[in-house]
Amino acid sequence: MIKDFLKTLVENRKSLAGLIMLGVLIFIALFAPLLAPYPPKADRTERTALIEETVGDQETLSEERLSDDVEKSTYVVATSRKWEKTVNYFPLRAKPSSAHLLGTNHAGNDLLSQLIAGTRISVFVGLATGLFVTLVSLTLALLSGYLGGVFDDIINFFTNVFLVIPGLPLMIVIGTYIPMHGVLPIILILAFTSWPYPTRLLRSQVLSLKNRDFVMASRMLGERTSFIVFREILPNMISIVMSEFFAVSLSAILAEATLEFIGVGNITVVSWGTILYWAQANGAILMGAWWWFLPPGLMIALTGTAFVLVNFGIDEISNPRLRKR
Amino acid sequence: MKYFARKFGMLIFTLLISMTINFFLPRLMPGDPAKALMDRMEGVDAEKLDSVRAAFGLDTQDSLPVQYGKYLLNTVRGDLGISLSRFPMPVSTVLASALPWTIGLMGLCTIFGFAIGTLLGIWAAWRRQRKLASFTVGFFSFIRSFPYFWLGLCLIYAFAFKLRLFPLGGAFSIDQARGSAGWWLSVLRYGTLPAFTITLSSLGAWMLMMRNNMINVLAEEYITLAVAKGLPAKRIKRVYAARNAILPSVTGFAMSFGFIVGGGLITEMVFAYPGMGYMLYQAVNAKDYPLMQAIFLIIAGSVLVANFIADIVIMFLDPRVRDGAK
Repeated sequence: MIKDFLKTLVENRKSLAGLIMLGVLIFIALFAPLLAPYPPKADRTERTALIEETVGDQETLSEERLSDDVEKSTYVVATSRKWEKTVNYFPLRAKPSSAHLLGTNHAGNDLLSQLIAGTRISVFVGLATGLFVTLVSLTLALLSGYLGGVFDDIINFFTNVFLVIPGLPLMIVIGTYIPMHGVLPIILILAFTSWPYPTRLLRSQVLSLKNRDFVMASRMLGERTSFIVFREILPNMISIVMSEFFAVSLSAILAEATLEFIGVGNITVVSWGTILYWAQANGAILMGAWWWFLPPGLMIALTGTAFVLVNFGIDEISNPRLRKR
Repeated sequence: MKYFARKFGMLIFTLLISMTINFFLPRLMPGDPAKALMDRMEGVDAEKLDSVRAAFGLDTQDSLPVQYGKYLLNTVRGDLGISLSRFPMPVSTVLASALPWTIGLMGLCTIFGFAIGTLLGIWAAWRRQRKLASFTVGFFSFIRSFPYFWLGLCLIYAFAFKLRLFPLGGAFSIDQARGSAGWWLSVLRYGTLPAFTITLSSLGAWMLMMRNNMINVLAEEYITLAVAKGLPAKRIKRVYAARNAILPSVTGFAMSFGFIVGGGLITEMVFAYPGMGYMLYQAVNAKDYPLMQAIFLIIAGSVLVANFIADIVIMFLDPRVRDGAK
């Protein structure tokens, strides 16, 4: 089943394009330190270069300048002159140049390196949140949908309650209270506000599968619950589970960038959202520094497009009416 | 009636959960929450410290349940505490100055976004074999994956900074007398870019929703029959397909009114538009916790009440819900 699903996914042009884009992003995220020209937080490294210059070859010292104990002969006094020159390799707010393709920010950090390093954080936070939320909501959906009873009532009730409480303001309020060390808190906040929708969607899928003939037949035959759930129901949910995974990952990447942009979250971490935060805080627009605020947003948009394309493909697989003939 | 009671109970309970989250958040921090808050702010001020304690019900020796009860009572009465960043202004006064801007901007954008998006959706479904239609669908899907605050930044850069067609931020010109014709014109001019950003980013959702519903309807047999009967294409498109496909969009439109208060938060922040979002931004940056939490409550409350009203309207419109609810 999974193999079939992957095969149709690769055969669909849209989802293939999305998967390739996603692959490139994951590649950048994995090998960020190797790809980035500088460490993301390198600044004001004043390298001292020793410069040697030949001044003259030989100089005959005149007799009167020599003291008595020095032999009266020709001396080599200086063949070269040496001096030190301090070069700042990380100027502040630099325009794009060959040394810094996307310029530098207010602290002198190379923006291209920050963009590449930020890929790691942003893609990781998105996928980790997507995976975490998908697992949690799938578990809740299976428990509530298949077992039913009190379980179903409780889970369904809380799903409905948290479904209607607006997520973004809740994230902002919680985020300003919680101390932000690392990226774990932000993943937890994102997960806390994004589990209800996939849970409800997956639950209704479980409910509809539960009453299909083939599941009924298995139950009549006396198959174990675990067999029915994992071998019969779950394989038929792959496309909807995957589609939820990509949808949650996309909204997590957008929400993370949004939170960081307004200064909720750990602003010392280098991610696409924090680059935008510092750009806004330092008036990048008023400086006309498009190279500062444009690339991070484009990266987020490209990541989002990758997820949307994959999901387009999944939609067309599961809903043939949307397919173009 | 039972349906009504159930929906009403749900409304009360969700409101209660929102308030409970609000109540416990400051108490989750270790030590004296008020003091911990003040430590995070610059310049501890005894008078402010007391007001924070009072706002969170921490100024008494009451037990937690009593504090909780008092907090709920105060909130229901509309006493949301004192703003720290605009001390000693009550939070409710601060909110009253921000609400009209948000409602004006977002209300118009919600209507524009729905109307334009739905029309585009009908067109995109009807002409789905055409290149232009699928390009439009692709374009708006791409826009949808933009962080829309960034879309706002780009528009400011292009239209306000480079072309100087619109102001960089704010909601009205300070040179004009408030309420004069010139002032109202400036309100329009200042509101154009934020409105454009919000409408552009919400169009895609409406369009895709309408397009997908319409494509599903177009595959129905009665459409095939209508075509076979030789009805004019315009009539099939408008009366047979669009009218039946629009129902989910209308429900979505009704629900979206709940997001008027909280839906444009980030756009307001980017454009320094003096509504709820910009107020929240200032509250977050100034660590004005009472103001921040009050804004959360107002946003949550409006969404919850709008959902409730939509449920009730559906009850009147749809006999299946009315009778099926027993």
